[in-house]
Amino acid sequence: MGINMKQKQTAVILSQKEAAPRIYDMWIKTNLAEEAKPGQFLCIYPKDKSTLLPRPISICEVGEDRKSLRIVYRAAGRGTEEFSKYQEGDSIDILGNLGNGFPVEEAQGKKIFLMGGGIGVPPILQLAKEAKGDKRIIVGYRDSHTFLREDLERYGKVYIATEDGSVGTKGNVMNAVEENGLDADLIYACGPMPMLRAVKAYAEEHGIKAYISLEEHMACGVGACLGCVVKTKEIDHHSNVHNARICTDGPVFEAADVLI
Amino acid sequence: MNTQITIAGVTFKNPVMTASGTFGSGMEYSEFVDLNQLGAVVTKGVANVPWPGNPTPRVAEVYGGMLNAIGLQNPGIDMLMERDIPFLKQYDTNIIVNVCGKTVEDYVEVVERLGDEQSVAMLEINVSCPNVKEGAIAFGQKAEALFQITQEVKKHARQPVIMKLSPNVTDITEMARAAEAAGADALSLINTLTGMKIDIHRRTFALANKTGGMSGPAIKPVAVRMVYQTAKAVKIPIIGMGGIGSAEDAVEFILAGASAVSIGAMNFVNPYVTTEVVRGIEDYMKEYHVENLTELIGAVI
Repeated sequence: MGINMKQKQTAVILSQKEAAPRIYDMWIKTNLAEEAKPGQFLCIYPKDKSTLLPRPISICEVGEDRKSLRIVYRAAGRGTEEFSKYQEGDSIDILGNLGNGFPVEEAQGKKIFLMGGGIGVPPILQLAKEAKGDKRIIVGYRDSHTFLREDLERYGKVYIATEDGSVGTKGNVMNAVEENGLDADLIYACGPMPMLRAVKAYAEEHGIKAYISLEEHMACGVGACLGCVVKTKEIDHHSNVHNARICTDGPVFEAADVLI
Repeated sequence: MNTQITIAGVTFKNPVMTASGTFGSGMEYSEFVDLNQLGAVVTKGVANVPWPGNPTPRVAEVYGGMLNAIGLQNPGIDMLMERDIPFLKQYDTNIIVNVCGKTVEDYVEVVERLGDEQSVAMLEINVSCPNVKEGAIAFGQKAEALFQITQEVKKHARQPVIMKLSPNVTDITEMARAAEAAGADALSLINTLTGMKIDIHRRTFALANKTGGMSGPAIKPVAVRMVYQTAKAVKIPIIGMGGIGSAEDAVEFILAGASAVSIGAMNFVNPYVTTEVVRGIEDYMKEYHVENLTELIGAVI
């Protein structure tokens, strides 16, 4: 496959299990794994054609042999509910590899925060695997269902925050940073908007760069329809206005460049 | 077997085009389909200056389709001429530029700029997008306003002019006849149907704009009906669109009276759909021993 060539294909499911209530963990056999980068995503098409649009789901992990991809997602609506019922051997229609991914090479030789919040935790796994830097993996959950914790612990020291205080710091990832007295030269983050706004503010305050992964309702997933834009500080070179496409120019942006 | 058609003196190798707003200027989907195989690429609506469009969320799924309220975000005519037209010129396909604007003067400015661009085969005038608050919504929904803008554009256009009709009207044939009387060379329809979606858990509108244009398979029957009615009301050629996702859909529109078809939202479901429809039309013609595609135009009994 050509470098960064996108393809829509019917792939096969290798396994699926429930990782936490309504959170599913699926391995898919696909040659898209060959060139997948941390922070990229797949668009997954429901088979029920009354729900036409693809669902964008982050790549959580790339198989060691580069022949399979792992996604961890929440069954939140009609499309993801359908996916959650798929079993080993079932087919799945996917479009990938989409988006720009995290600039992992910038981590080299730096003290870095890899921050994930809730369903923003999964893409942090492949990033943690590939980033060569002094890693502080900081993840936040609602409660004691700390999915992917063991996987993350293989790649660096993991600091946990839970909203209900059942595990680790009570609160969110920013509380965990403070409570553990952590600092960094560079941040990578994925999670809900309030978390990303807090990360942006923290990075600004400390004069460091932060790369955040954004999401927005999408239609085409490939940069043609202009549905999924984020406001940008400067005029975007492609759109010629203060908007960038999250599916194509992102989903990863420098926090300082976007208005969130 | 001949799939060629001619609209206002412009020859198309086949009747398959892309619907404005769903295909950018072809760059993104050129990774999936060979643009050389298409009858035409119709570009996203362009204005005289860059427009940022609406706040997000701009898209929402509905049963059998979707709503969009992009708000005509576009990079402006300068960038289209600098980057998008040179890109499309590389391909053996007709370039149709869709034009939007807030005032008649805006449209004329763009039309005149494009008049110098030899590689642009036709203009499609977007007076039917229901998302813009000022100006545009009025043109497409009032016969008199539609007549005036068509007439004004025709005064200044070098290329043949397609008027793209809004379906959000009481009588599509009244609009069609007004555009034809004003000198339109062709009509394209339908644009999107105005719709709304409410998120019952958040108790908010799914779209920041509240309303949006509906596209996708669920609108096809409305579109086919309007193409049929329009074909009976005017003599000028019609480009039909609205939920086309297969060659079967495309043939339905042609039988209803369309000389050509545009494929839009279904590109999001299947990025290969445009060329699949080109092949599928050929298969249909083989199956039914149709020598020339033109035999099928308006052939419903």
